[in-house]
Amino acid sequence: MVDNISAQRNRVGIEHDRVTNVSSTDFPGYYPGEDQAWNIDKFKKNFKIQISYLSDISSSFDLVGNDASIANAFRRIMISEVPTLAIEYVYVENNTSIIQDEVLAHRLGLIPLKANPDYLRWFKKDDPDIEPTDYDTVVLHLSAKCTANPNPPPGTTDPKVLYNNANVYASAIKFEPQGRQAEWFPDGITATNPDILIAKLRPGQEIDLTMHCILGIGQDHAKFSPVATASYRLLPTIDIIGPPLTGPLAQKFKSCFPEGVIAINSKGEAYVKDARKDTVSREVLRHSEFEGRVKLGRQRDHFIFNIESTGAMTPDEIFIKSVQLLKRKCQILRKFDLRT
Amino acid sequence: MPSATNENGVSESSEALQEQIVDQEMADGEFEFEGEIDPNKIQMLPGASEDGTAASFRILQEDHTLGNALRYMIMKNPNVEFCGYSIPHPSEAAMNLRIQTYGEISAIQALEKGLDDLMELCDHVEDEYRKAVEAGEYSTFEP
Repeated sequence: MVDNISAQRNRVGIEHDRVTNVSSTDFPGYYPGEDQAWNIDKFKKNFKIQISYLSDISSSFDLVGNDASIANAFRRIMISEVPTLAIEYVYVENNTSIIQDEVLAHRLGLIPLKANPDYLRWFKKDDPDIEPTDYDTVVLHLSAKCTANPNPPPGTTDPKVLYNNANVYASAIKFEPQGRQAEWFPDGITATNPDILIAKLRPGQEIDLTMHCILGIGQDHAKFSPVATASYRLLPTIDIIGPPLTGPLAQKFKSCFPEGVIAINSKGEAYVKDARKDTVSREVLRHSEFEGRVKLGRQRDHFIFNIESTGAMTPDEIFIKSVQLLKRKCQILRKFDLRT
Repeated sequence: MPSATNENGVSESSEALQEQIVDQEMADGEFEFEGEIDPNKIQMLPGASEDGTAASFRILQEDHTLGNALRYMIMKNPNVEFCGYSIPHPSEAAMNLRIQTYGEISAIQALEKGLDDLMELCDHVEDEYRKAVEAGEYSTFEP
């Protein structure tokens, strides 16, 4: 209820033309007489994680009790600082296709690879004396040649029938294990989706190239980002103020929100069934009948995360790594002695 | 790829990563997680007060990710009067952090406490998340 003081503090207000009460105010000294200092036990009591679904490719979960700065830190790290493996160096032996070398290399770099990045070390890119080793570089090979079908049925124009190997898919990339990589990657290293189209060829054209893959982070190049995207939204809240809405007004109120947000009870009154399904389109604020009778808002410390992985790691692994990386950043700074 | 899980329900790769982190912590302070640590990573800027209760720090290779989170944790300290961070220029990977305290503790102590608290928070979030994944009260496909 809006009358509750702590709920008021926790709410970001949504008006028809702006948002109000955006910044968090839970700092010591802001509310006189209250103890808002950092207390791990108080935090543990209020903190909750609830997973809605977790598949191999995507996940949605709720993080309750945190501040936006921390949730945003997790999101930013997931997008740009969790390391993954991607093709970095392309050595072209022969490319007579219509796709230019550099365009082909760019496309190859963007292919997400199904590889566990924990087994690899970082490759120091800038040092010319350092040779790639089996610890830090994965070698892949792509070789495709297009030939004409000698006896096509007369009158066809389908390239799949007229030519052999006209489309080069990511499934054509072969893993060449170096050193001990055969035991680290027993299933080999392939693209997460074998149907990614790399290039199209016609008879007489061929592509023959070797690729070196290394670890990298999204900050360096977007191809190293392990998530298609990672985002969060705040839990919407809908409060019906004053007398409940009944009759045709209740029906109109219900139609202002997506399916399942508002329901009509047995007395004909509209009530909020599931505010989580709301997409906050603010449609209800456009109608003068509801002026002063409804209050929209968002709960400032309830984050609904949505992580879509590209396939290299599962979403729960990515989130755990992101939390560990934030801790790692603090650890690195903590080791410095500034008093000297 | 779907990672293997051992009998604890924790994905093996994350355990390997944890072991890697623990191994590196056991080493003599030399972190190789992302290359060597720059000795200039964090410096105190000139303009600190005489008694050390107010100071500015310059942290290299960091941005809003750590800056905002750290600022929040340091502000949660009742002895801190002011804490703010800024990024002087987006083309330069550096972040300035200013801490002013009421006098009970020094700015460096406030910074250290903020870092410790943030690490505590990360530990708890990770534990809770792992517990939630193991508890398995969720669907395994996208609705």
